[in-house]
Amino acid sequence: MLQEIKIIHHNGKQFIPDPTSAEVPAPFRGRPEISLEKVDENALVNCCPLNAISSNPIAINLAKCNFCGECAFRFPQKIRFSNDHKISTNKLENLVISAGEKNKIELDQKLIDTKIKTTFGKSLKLRQVSAGGDNSCEFELNACGNANFDMGRYGIEFVASPRHSDGIVVTGPISENMAEALKVTWEAIPSPKLFILCGVDAISGGIFAGSAAINRSILKDVKVDLYIPGNPPHPLTIINGLLSLIK
Amino acid sequence: MVSENKKYCIITNNESIEIESVPVLSYTEFSSEMVELLKQIENHCVSYFAFPQPDGLKFFAAIANDKTHRIFVLSHFLLKTVNQELASLTPEINALHIFEREIHENFGIDFPNHPWLKPVRFAHNRANKNLKINDYPFYKIESEELHEVGVGPVHAGIIEPGHFRFICNGEQVLHLEIQLGWQHRGVEQTMLDKQTLLQRNIVAESVAGDTTVGHSLAFANLIESLAGIEINTQLDIERSIALELERIAVHIADISALCTDVAYSLGANIFGILRTAIINQTQSWCGNRLGKGIIRVGGTHHPLTGEIKNQILEILAKFEKQFTELAHLTYRLPSLENRFDEIGAVNEEQMRKIGAVGMVARMANVPRDIRATHPSEAYKKYVYNPVILPKGDVFSRFLLRRKEIKQSIAWIREVLKNEDFPVSSSSPVSEVALKPNSLSISLVEGWRGEICHVAVTDKNGKLVHYKIKDPSMHNWKALELSLRNLEISDFPINNKSYNLSYCGFDL
Repeated sequence: MLQEIKIIHHNGKQFIPDPTSAEVPAPFRGRPEISLEKVDENALVNCCPLNAISSNPIAINLAKCNFCGECAFRFPQKIRFSNDHKISTNKLENLVISAGEKNKIELDQKLIDTKIKTTFGKSLKLRQVSAGGDNSCEFELNACGNANFDMGRYGIEFVASPRHSDGIVVTGPISENMAEALKVTWEAIPSPKLFILCGVDAISGGIFAGSAAINRSILKDVKVDLYIPGNPPHPLTIINGLLSLIK
Repeated sequence: MVSENKKYCIITNNESIEIESVPVLSYTEFSSEMVELLKQIENHCVSYFAFPQPDGLKFFAAIANDKTHRIFVLSHFLLKTVNQELASLTPEINALHIFEREIHENFGIDFPNHPWLKPVRFAHNRANKNLKINDYPFYKIESEELHEVGVGPVHAGIIEPGHFRFICNGEQVLHLEIQLGWQHRGVEQTMLDKQTLLQRNIVAESVAGDTTVGHSLAFANLIESLAGIEINTQLDIERSIALELERIAVHIADISALCTDVAYSLGANIFGILRTAIINQTQSWCGNRLGKGIIRVGGTHHPLTGEIKNQILEILAKFEKQFTELAHLTYRLPSLENRFDEIGAVNEEQMRKIGAVGMVARMANVPRDIRATHPSEAYKKYVYNPVILPKGDVFSRFLLRRKEIKQSIAWIREVLKNEDFPVSSSSPVSEVALKPNSLSISLVEGWRGEICHVAVTDKNGKLVHYKIKDPSMHNWKALELSLRNLEISDFPINNKSYNLSYCGFDL
């Protein structure tokens, strides 16, 4: 017993006291900022491996960006990734960051049904389905519940059965082989329920967009309640995104 | 170099050869040569695949010799016009079962005497598209006393999909069959479809997120070899440090997960937060907790600076002290020993038969470790002595992780003590010209084990085939074997003790 107490003491307090104000130190790549500097726009657009950059004016679409940072390495005077990790939103347009924009990315609260806040504000149980994910978003979703991030303090937890859950968190580009299982799981969740896309692969297919082995047709039939960008998203991005949705 | 009997080519890890230089054998010759080579205990097959040519299918097999650091490359050809059937080598060399199944699935080649010719992953470009993932032909035993338990693809937790089918007699598992393929997203095809180096690099990073460094390192080695880019030892050392940090992080997460499964919450939580310290260090090196972005072809955007070197040394010193203190207690707890010891044991003979690699081989007395048997420059300069354990049970897999963490820390420390990184590594290259008509093989010891990437180019130096093998390709069979005659309630600790890759297998 004494030995155990000693170990706990030696490891100290590791939990993050307030995940809503915690910062992630550089060189973490969070919300990008684009300056108004003149650069070779074609070269900039073409350097992005995921076609996330468009021109006139230069803009980065975080729905497609996998945060490799290549554009910032090539055009440091034009693009800088800040360490702002609060980049989740419920509106795809909010994920497009144009030159000169420094606004924070937020959720459009008008789009959120009041029922969501009253029902899930203090207790949200989620079901996770990996559909072709590479295990990195799953890794960070797991980390949300560990002793450091302790998402459970807000009443947010992942549960085993869709019947017990209030929503689904999808990772991966949605493989053809998982399309049916994902649909069945989604249908098994009682309403009101949330549909959340976590990671660039889930939001846009990521590097696998256009692959013949994926089937994203389920997205035609659902309303997405939250987009959590990143490859993978940082646990703080996930937690803060969920909090703005339900609080 | 061609072998003395002129039957195969001999290369070393990360070497490329001209396709023309590999003798194309008749299938009879190929078979007897394969069987003869693979019957020698120091040889095992690291890759065997086919790829289409205008007039038929060309096959390549790569056999690694662990004593001499050499890799033997064999080839045969099957014309379109002849019967699309080959005699299976699996009855003689069991470890080839998965490669032949893959060839069967992708190209419809029949292996009439294959004992288990089932679909591998229901790849989108499979030969028989009428067969859907729900049609998997599970093994069945007819008996009134037995029942089946089906689990998945969606599991109770944040975990990737797979289907597990148990045949049980009461609580006792007689047989477990694992059906994979749910995560298939076309990685190998995407690798060919994407045209820029960076896109392909990102595909390699997405093979398995928990092995980002391992797979992207194999990719970088392969492309550098095919493009004739000379990498200095310093860059290889930096990459290898990232590889060892990845190993430490995942190993300790697995130790934590095993503690969770036996309700030892002190271990579950504190091993968990110790993992955070390591991945946060990776983040302060490259901006991503999983090491995405750290490995690029020809150089790196994130050189290991003096500052990062000091950070790593500092973190490791603190980590090691806390890890050792808790491990000292955990690994002696009678309740843990009682749960893990002698459970799910597999033996050396079984592991050799299925061609187990990496951790799964080493916990059952099979000394396979690419860092020692086919070392890259970093591991040549700083020799790594693999940890080998004899028993093959859950406790061995639990213990192997502890020992490998200590070994990796010692290795990193030894390297950092002797290396100064005076000049920072160069920036990555963005375009390369690959050698035409060539084949290259790269082997990397990721934390799970041997990762093998093979690439083939055509006469214009265009990538025409890219083959990825995660160690899980071989090792899933070990989990099936472990479960035999256990109680079904022992499945979770066995599954965690292996922690095999779904996405790395499904591709």
